Amino acid sequence: MSQLVASELSCIKQDRVLFDNLSVTLSAGQLVHLRGPNGAGKTSLLRILAGLSAADSGHISWQNQSLGSDYFTQLVYLGHKNGLNLTLNAIENLYYWCAQHGVKISSAQLYDRLAALELTGLETLPVKALSAGQQRKVALARLWLKPAMVWLLDEPFTALDIRTIGMLENALNNFVTQGGAVMLTSHHVMTSAVGKVQSLDLEYRW
Amino acid sequence: MTTLFYGVFKRDLALAFRQKAELAQPLLFLLIVITLFPIAVGPGPDILQRIGPGVIWVAAILASLLGMDRLFKEDFNDGSLEQMMLSGHPLYQLVLAKITAHWLVCFIPVLLLTPLFSILLNQTLTMAVALFLSLLLGTPLLSLMAAIAMGLTVGVPKGGLLPSLLMLPVLIPLLIFATSAVESAAMGLSYTPQLAVIGAMFLVALALAPLATVYALKVSQH
Repeated sequence: MSQLVASELSCIKQDRVLFDNLSVTLSAGQLVHLRGPNGAGKTSLLRILAGLSAADSGHISWQNQSLGSDYFTQLVYLGHKNGLNLTLNAIENLYYWCAQHGVKISSAQLYDRLAALELTGLETLPVKALSAGQQRKVALARLWLKPAMVWLLDEPFTALDIRTIGMLENALNNFVTQGGAVMLTSHHVMTSAVGKVQSLDLEYRW
Repeated sequence: MTTLFYGVFKRDLALAFRQKAELAQPLLFLLIVITLFPIAVGPGPDILQRIGPGVIWVAAILASLLGMDRLFKEDFNDGSLEQMMLSGHPLYQLVLAKITAHWLVCFIPVLLLTPLFSILLNQTLTMAVALFLSLLLGTPLLSLMAAIAMGLTVGVPKGGLLPSLLMLPVLIPLLIFATSAVESAAMGLSYTPQLAVIGAMFLVALALAPLATVYALKVSQH
């Protein structure tokens, strides 16, 4: 059973305790919606779970081992920042990303993926020439490209149009029914297309 | 290893050649400094021969400070760096790939132009050879130290002068030994001891600087 277990996490930023003694379990087939007001520590929690930053105390394990390369090969993390170089075009950005993450992919597959996201004709433009929503779509294309078991998504619906939101909700549902685990933050109210959603509420603490 | 080569090393090179103006900027700066110096201090062949190695080295260091930002700043700001850190590769290798790409882009053009600079500043052949060798061993050290300094300050908005200040303690001994090597060459003495010291500094930095950079980047991501 693949499980991401975080126990007794605490995080302090600018002398403010965002959360302490927080234990979270994310197992296969689960979609957790992380909710809370701005500044409650949703992004901080996601970054800690992704292994990007360290918690002030607490422990995280993946399949009973501490986070290591076998976790990262199963993880797709999408943060506030798209992780796209603005000078390179969409194909190059995704190609190099796939190379970094050890995903073997042909350029035909990349073109197909971008076409499915309705980005036909924009593949070879520098990413800075794309609109915010289109840039977000290029970043989201990673979800389909890398075979993973955990998705950690920070505000994935931001700047997307209604059709793409529907597409992403379907993708989330498919991923979860196939045994993937998702934790996402969003202020967007998800439709029933997503399937069963569990909520985790963080409070703003003074 | 191959995935890193394609994903990071080739990416950084492709990116550098996409931004040709930025690529040429340090080189132009170097050329301007070296052509301005003889005008300022007088074009006497003896003076030029004496100050030449120092001028070239100082100009090369200043030019490298100009190109230092390219190392991590852009990738940090657009989030590419966090995606790279989540690729599951040892960060040591990732940082080393980035430093190698940076050295190739920033310093190979400088090395290629050194013979021209040597002629411009009236260096004898033995001096030019010593200068070239000292740059060949010394510039990778600059790249490695720049990586630590940039890694530490990548999260600081308007970091500006801070990385240059952080590099100063390493720059000074490097400059002393490099110019002393060329001075020995000018007097017809052996300059291998100075080169050996620079080489030793380079090897120590090669072993330790990537580790320090990895730690600095992790702290900056926090």
